[in-house]
Amino acid sequence: MPEISRDEVAHLAMLARIDLSDAELDHLAPQLSVILESVASINGVAGDDVPPTSHALPLTNVFREDVVVPGLTAEEALAGAPAVEDQRFSVPRILGEEA
Amino acid sequence: MTSSASATELMPYDDVLAAYDPALGLEVHVELNTASKMFCGCPAVFGGEPNAGVCPTCLGLPGAMPVVNGKAVESAIRIGLALNCDIAEWCRFARKNYFYPDMPKNFQTSQYDEPICFDGYMDVDVDGETYRVEIERAHMEEDTGKSLHVGGSTGRIHGADYSLVDYNRAGIPLIEIVTRPILGAGEKAPEVARAYVAQLRELIVALGVSEARMDQGNLRADVNLSLSPKGSGVLGTRTETKNVNSFRSVERAVRFEMQRHAAILSGGGSILQETRHWHEDTGITTSGREKSDAEDYRYFPEPDLVPVAPSREWVEELRGTLPENPTTRRARLQAEWGFSDLEMRDTVGAGALGLVEETIAEGAAPQAARKWWLGELARRSNEDGVDLVDLPITPADVARIQALVDEKVVNDKLARQVFEGVLAGEGTPDEVVEKRGLAVVSDDGALGVAVDNAIAANPDVADKIRDGKVAAAGALIGAVMKEMRGQADAGRVRELILEKLS
Amino acid sequence: MGHGTTAALLADRLAAGEVTSVEVTQLHLDRIAEVDERVHAFLHVDAEGALGQAAESDARRARGEARGPLDGVPIAVKDVLATRGLPTTCGSKILEGWVPPYDATVVTRLRAAGLPILGKTNMDEFAMGSSTEHSAYGPTRNPWDLDRIPGGSGGGSAAAVAAYEAPLAIGTDTGGSIRQPGAVTGTVGVKPTYGGVSRYGLVALANSLDQAGPVTRTVLDAAMLHDVIGGHDPRDSTSIQHEWPSFTEAARSGSTGDLSGVKVGVITEMQGDGWQPGVMARFNESVELMVQAGAEVVEVSCPSFVHALATYYLILPAEASSNLAKFDAMRYGLRVTPDGDPSAEEVMRATRDAGFGDEVKRRIILGTYALSSGYYDAYYGQAQKVRTLISRDFDAAFAQVDVLASPTAPTTAFRLGEKLDDPMAMYLNDLATIPANLAGVPGISVPNGLAEEDGLPSGLQLLAPALADDRVYRVGAAVEALHERQWGAPLLDKATGLEGATR
Repeated sequence: MPEISRDEVAHLAMLARIDLSDAELDHLAPQLSVILESVASINGVAGDDVPPTSHALPLTNVFREDVVVPGLTAEEALAGAPAVEDQRFSVPRILGEEA
Repeated sequence: MTSSASATELMPYDDVLAAYDPALGLEVHVELNTASKMFCGCPAVFGGEPNAGVCPTCLGLPGAMPVVNGKAVESAIRIGLALNCDIAEWCRFARKNYFYPDMPKNFQTSQYDEPICFDGYMDVDVDGETYRVEIERAHMEEDTGKSLHVGGSTGRIHGADYSLVDYNRAGIPLIEIVTRPILGAGEKAPEVARAYVAQLRELIVALGVSEARMDQGNLRADVNLSLSPKGSGVLGTRTETKNVNSFRSVERAVRFEMQRHAAILSGGGSILQETRHWHEDTGITTSGREKSDAEDYRYFPEPDLVPVAPSREWVEELRGTLPENPTTRRARLQAEWGFSDLEMRDTVGAGALGLVEETIAEGAAPQAARKWWLGELARRSNEDGVDLVDLPITPADVARIQALVDEKVVNDKLARQVFEGVLAGEGTPDEVVEKRGLAVVSDDGALGVAVDNAIAANPDVADKIRDGKVAAAGALIGAVMKEMRGQADAGRVRELILEKLS
Repeated sequence: MGHGTTAALLADRLAAGEVTSVEVTQLHLDRIAEVDERVHAFLHVDAEGALGQAAESDARRARGEARGPLDGVPIAVKDVLATRGLPTTCGSKILEGWVPPYDATVVTRLRAAGLPILGKTNMDEFAMGSSTEHSAYGPTRNPWDLDRIPGGSGGGSAAAVAAYEAPLAIGTDTGGSIRQPGAVTGTVGVKPTYGGVSRYGLVALANSLDQAGPVTRTVLDAAMLHDVIGGHDPRDSTSIQHEWPSFTEAARSGSTGDLSGVKVGVITEMQGDGWQPGVMARFNESVELMVQAGAEVVEVSCPSFVHALATYYLILPAEASSNLAKFDAMRYGLRVTPDGDPSAEEVMRATRDAGFGDEVKRRIILGTYALSSGYYDAYYGQAQKVRTLISRDFDAAFAQVDVLASPTAPTTAFRLGEKLDDPMAMYLNDLATIPANLAGVPGISVPNGLAEEDGLPSGLQLLAPALADDRVYRVGAAVEALHERQWGAPLLDKATGLEGATR
């Protein structure tokens, strides 16, 4: 019986970068348990010999030519930005290391 | 946070090898030189006005969709073929999900368990021995944006107040090449790592798919290292080291990590599986992010793209476009240049093969090209702590300097000063000769005066020469050269001396 | 503009010079001003823009350069599609005030065909829902009864069309979000074959299920609109290259009501308990009408369909959880900065907590779980396999019949608030519509009467094989004609929710 604990929900919320309040955690965990119980019913329905589907009509090899196409102006790109400095997106301090 | 070198204990290198076997792994990212990005038509050139090279797709705007750049697929296949890989008959892109401000979608469109190339190898030459490095996979992915960190003292992330992000680089095609664990390199592990990256670079450049410059970020290497007790066959915990920006750094970082791991293990401690950061200035690694499974990437096939299924015909067509196999190429060049095995080995080992080849193409004789790159310039690159290929001098410059020597405009000793000037940014070889007034004096009149002075100042030596002891001329040549401040052709000086004393 | 106004009729009158696009557009803007405070179908009305586009249409027509049959007929667009210069919120606070710098391909095609865009319609947040109650901007109300839901997630588009605020609208359908609102508002909704209409600029919910499609009052209108928006788009790698026949022709040819030679399959698994009796009664009558018109009706079992809901509620949250990661306060949209000196990560987390509603959070968490290492094979991986079984059931069914039929939704419009506390109860609204999205086949909902219990509309769903969208229109038009002959007038005439308003 797949239930999902409050702690698991908290962990998943962390992975999904959503700051759930205690009230929200209390509220969501049982609801998610019910949903999970329902969706878990598909377990074992499809055997190993059944391939997965992702598209009604299996397309392959959709490519574009390697040519430059005009995009947005910097102004358009930055138009919705919460904060801009020096034509760049200003973001709060980043923890952790650069790629 | 500054790197505290004193805090890291290192075991002496020989002791490391007495007790442990190193296992190496290298992940190299190649930034392709396509005209446009991996999934959209924006220019694949980093630089230019910030955020002026983006579109809804690479900026990750809601509703935008990716479309695969066919040229990037072609380049990926050619890289795979050059690395003796199998090319997938059918593969997909996958989303690698994680949050970071330089990631416009907070997932990277990459490939997960279905890479386009897999199960290959590259034969790497190190000091005359060949190491076969197995390639686990090469796959396609996209680059992230670039952040500037503002407010800290070092311009790096730690201590920064905030960051400024430019997405021009986001979406530029990358090919990630991953080796299988490289075992059995033993004491040569650092050199093998370096040679692999250097020779991989040669291959990439020969394919014409990237400039592959480590100092410009279009070739990036992450180094993985673990130690296992000698002979045990059990792989140890590995660390990953990033920010390795030159071939030199690759070698030094491997060596450092080997020594660091050994010190910890021999002290009874255990290695923390983590990502570390290399510091070229201080020669150490420092701890970065813990590489634990806290970061679950939740890979799943990219639903906005359809599978890539390269036909076997296309693959064979691309196989026909491959440049010469590196081993064959080296053998051919060695024969063409008349190098001995040792000379060839040294050239390859110094990472100078391409540079020597280009210098010869610019007109220099093979031995001359080799002499300068492996001599004067290798010395400089060591002193300055940079790779040969990163020195601010071109093969054309080197060929020109040799030509000036051949034309007797400068002699060997003066040529070194010309090198110095070019490296210092004073201009082209000819400009440096001009500015520094290095040209050899070819006027016999002026030379003759100096010769007369030398003869007059050294009568005993002059007598010996008159008596037929021609070898004694050396001392007089030296005197003349001194008076001429080196700006004379020694051979001509000798001729004049002998003429006057015959 | 009175009862029975359709887009086709407006197109004819425009062509005949009886009316101008500016007049038609103004009439609709007036209607919106009159009723939308009560209906709340629209999140944004662009009066100036629409009238400007209408004027351009009239000028074109005067020059003899009308762009096509629908040139000058105004349209509303669900707020999940990017419209350059018009706010696009997806019904969420996290995109409040966001104005896209680009148009979705569907919108580009509408503009190219000359349809003035009246505004953006309300929807469940990020298209997650079946009632439009999950909109962060307040619900839309059913023009049949303002205390009831208009369906979802595209309740705004359906209500706009049902209330005569627009003759046409664009919706999107991931698990029934066009068809189910159509059923509960007495209007027509079509989900095209997956890949038949471009998704470029459609803010993705479940990429492998989403399709944009027509929301209209008649089958012919839907067909005409589909002809404008459909077709391959190089910007959408999943869009199909196919020589589509004229859907307008298909709808016209079906409107005779003749169904001789058509084999109809009634899906065994989509009837019986759990389906409102009044809805079932109307469905059975519809089937009888089809038989009388010459159709051969058989029962077809699609056993895997019982797993469709579970499959859907695994695939959708998984894909959505990844799609919605981009809303992180860094590049656009809401930014909530907690007190102190927060890091980027803290700002992301606070913003997403404040900006996303409960249903969105539920599905993101569920999706994150389904994709987690250790759970992928059991959940998302397994769900993608069950899709194959569902597709096979459709293949087997279509080997026997030309179209499949079922009621579109299990109930008529329920009251606002009735199912909000019970997510599973809400999900059951999509029982009949979900399988088509999982298999990628086209479907239509056509009004088929009022349920006795409450006098509210129900819909008949018809499904056809992938690429057979024309069949959907042909049979749909026939069924529509058969019903209207019974009623003598369009069903919408019976809608009394906006009593007191002039049409």
